[in-house]
Amino acid sequence: MSENENVVPVAGGTPPATTGPKAGRGVVGRMARNPLAVAAVVVLVAVVGVSIAAPLLTPFGPNEVIAGLARRPPGAGHPFGGDGAGRDVLSRLLFAGRLTLTGAVVTVVVAMLIGIPSGLLAGYHGKWFDSVSSWFANILIAIPGMVLLLAFIAAAGPQTVPVMAVFGVLLSPGFFRLVRAAVQSVRGELYVDAARIAGLSDARIISRHVVSVVRGPIVIQAAISAGAAVLIQTGLQFLGLGEQGKPSWGQMLSDAFTNIYSAPYLVFYPGLTIAITVAALALFGNALRDALQDRPVRRRRRVDRARAGAASDTTRDVSNASAEAARGPAGEEPLLSVRGLTITYPGDTGDRAVVRGVDLTVDRAQVVGIVGESGSGKTQSAFAVLGLLPTEARIAAGSIRFDGSELSSLDRKARGALRGRRIAYIPQEPMSNLDPSFTIGYQLTEPMRVALGISRAAARNRALELLGTVGITDPLRTFHSYPHQISGGMAQRVLIAGAISCDPELLIADEPTTALDVTVQAEILDLLRGLQRDRGMALLLVTHNFGVVADICDRVVVMQDGRVVEENDVTTVFAAPGHDYTRMLLDAMLDDTSPRPPLVSTTAGRN
Amino acid sequence: MVSFVVKRIVSGIALVVVIATATFFLLRAGGTNVARTLLGETATQAQISAKLHELGLDRNVFVQYGDWLSHAVRGDFGSSWLTSQPVMTALVDRLPVTLSIAIGAVVLTTVVSVLLGVLAAYRRGWTDRIVQVLGIAGFAMPGVWLALILILAFAIKLAWFPATGYVQAGQSLGGWAVALVLPVVAIAVSSVASTAQQVRSAMLDVLQNDYVRTLRSRGLGEGSVVLKHALRNAAPTGLTVISLEFISLLGSTVVIERIFALPGIGSMVLDATVGGDSPQVLGVVVMMVIVVVVVNLVIDLLNGWLNPKVRVQ
Repeated sequence: MSENENVVPVAGGTPPATTGPKAGRGVVGRMARNPLAVAAVVVLVAVVGVSIAAPLLTPFGPNEVIAGLARRPPGAGHPFGGDGAGRDVLSRLLFAGRLTLTGAVVTVVVAMLIGIPSGLLAGYHGKWFDSVSSWFANILIAIPGMVLLLAFIAAAGPQTVPVMAVFGVLLSPGFFRLVRAAVQSVRGELYVDAARIAGLSDARIISRHVVSVVRGPIVIQAAISAGAAVLIQTGLQFLGLGEQGKPSWGQMLSDAFTNIYSAPYLVFYPGLTIAITVAALALFGNALRDALQDRPVRRRRRVDRARAGAASDTTRDVSNASAEAARGPAGEEPLLSVRGLTITYPGDTGDRAVVRGVDLTVDRAQVVGIVGESGSGKTQSAFAVLGLLPTEARIAAGSIRFDGSELSSLDRKARGALRGRRIAYIPQEPMSNLDPSFTIGYQLTEPMRVALGISRAAARNRALELLGTVGITDPLRTFHSYPHQISGGMAQRVLIAGAISCDPELLIADEPTTALDVTVQAEILDLLRGLQRDRGMALLLVTHNFGVVADICDRVVVMQDGRVVEENDVTTVFAAPGHDYTRMLLDAMLDDTSPRPPLVSTTAGRN
Repeated sequence: MVSFVVKRIVSGIALVVVIATATFFLLRAGGTNVARTLLGETATQAQISAKLHELGLDRNVFVQYGDWLSHAVRGDFGSSWLTSQPVMTALVDRLPVTLSIAIGAVVLTTVVSVLLGVLAAYRRGWTDRIVQVLGIAGFAMPGVWLALILILAFAIKLAWFPATGYVQAGQSLGGWAVALVLPVVAIAVSSVASTAQQVRSAMLDVLQNDYVRTLRSRGLGEGSVVLKHALRNAAPTGLTVISLEFISLLGSTVVIERIFALPGIGSMVLDATVGGDSPQVLGVVVMMVIVVVVVNLVIDLLNGWLNPKVRVQ
């Protein structure tokens, strides 16, 4: 039921407490532009206003029994009808908010008074206070709140203020945890260290840096706690454990329950009033969270799709033309041919292109390097070939042809059948690319069984063989290991084994050595080169390292700022770089301590 | 692993003792005059003293506490002040009712919220918006109101389910299940609403991991990537959320047992509260905390088993 004592933010997680000091006027502005937020505030103001002004608004007293009104359905003079005892439902409804809203305020104030200071102290000073207070918070969370409130009422009676104050204590861990986590993360920030060195007192640092970070999440938590307080009071009042003699929403529901056969209409209004009030609180919290995260109120998905449709038409035009152009003198089509590829991401001010009109050709058994700084669009181009761009990314124009077929014209299933089996991928960071919950063996055999349709035993044999091929000394042990049990270099070998497991024709390697130790880098590169030669695979190697390019590539594509600035065979590029940017990258490599010393002599010799 | 379990059991026992102690002194500190309530306004001072002596309330409060605790650890929570029935007997009779409701609601919550949460995180767009709206609606709807609406619609209008009453599973399994449908749905809705949001955000986090892209690059179908790999990695978060929901559902049984006239420990603590029957209140509080501790232990063990870093040494 909604007496949800363990208040969890309604729409998934509290916002990251890193919004920083800028959360202020801008947030209010964004809230004002969100119709849901405005509606929520209007409803809340209306509920509070009506409750306060109830004596002025209602024609009847809340406890005034009117002759003949008992269980009379809504009608003239009594728009919501009369209750079981002959009292005017509308008048009672307007008065009833007072008790529940008072209780909600008491709960939120008590929860904040306990949770915020203790959270600040626990987060800022840590040590024994942190352990003790965290222990208390865990205890409070482990108690079914409703039952504890009953025990309290059994001891102290049903007065709203003390009962709801106890509920506030039960909800204080929510604020405690929020503030503690925020303070802990802010405490590690450099600017707080700087402030401390500058001689600011702890109190000043807290008020200036911490409070500005947590005030938004605190308001959200307060809104949700208030909702929970309204709901639990409804339950208590319904059970007859609310304050006696005063009208309340829960009591009205209890009256409706008593008369559920003779006057079912009584159920409707009190419940609706509560639901609207709590929903307004939750919506307010959600809207504030969105405003703090500076998210657009709504995504323009539909527009995007329409545009994507238009774009795919142009794609086809380009692809027909480029299919002709891409054919070499011998008339043989290259294995991979990318023409005019443009990838965009939605941004604040329209779509932002990260790849613009990229052309790229890889022949069978050829090794092509894509070189460029981070952010030059090289990885995005590789993902586009794999069909693994993030969902918000969009291929705005261009064509990708693989072995003669246009990839954008394939359906999802056909595209998926290419992946792994004919186009494979080696990622950059080995550890984060293995599923931590499954064994290495499972992660190797599952795709093989899907892609090749082989049996479990056959897949197992093949996986063990592959692990040996990529230079793992104890394949069986690795096969049964979980990712956390192996080293980064071994993980990269496992990922290479996985990539080549279905004999792909094109292998796309995204900075396959960047995350590894220098010694391991050379080994992995040797392994890749050997596999590429033995199996006659084409290799598209994304890298920022010209040393790697010199080592292994036949051709080089240099990218800058989403565009291809130079494409040529390796010797030409090293001997006579045609673009300033290429020259700059080469110089940077030569000035820097290169991870692969032989490279210097190679280029020197060629010069 | 063994030391982990032992540690959790010890801290669970500590939790039970702390809450039992706090509740005991809270109930004794409450100024209500039990003897007068029991004997009525006409009782003489001598009768009241005799009653207090009979209940052992004329002793020092710490002596009373020691007495209660020494019996409680042996499974004896004393007798009801109102009916003289042993509290433990009532608890044993009534606990299965409450657990049936709470466990039924947890199972329903798990199934529906995983379904909704995964769909919302995977499909995004309109599916996601609908699940989020359901989240707000489910949170905002008072459980009492929902229960009354369900009774009006399904018990009174359509007469598909009984409005009140409980059938023991031993008597009729079908009758037991039918009697539980409305109460379980009534308390599960708000749990589903908040759990689905948590599952959604856990799935969104997992789906952003690099290994998800790598698994897709190997040609695995979306079914395997989302339902096997991503869901498996989101499971620990989900389990923790569900253990918190269980605590909240246990509290909700108090109201729902009253509405549907179900003889569980929720309605027992309610009657005891109204009647000032301290031993019963205390017994239910302790029993509920024990259930919570056991559930948390099971969830911790499940989480440990799910996490290869804990399981594989």
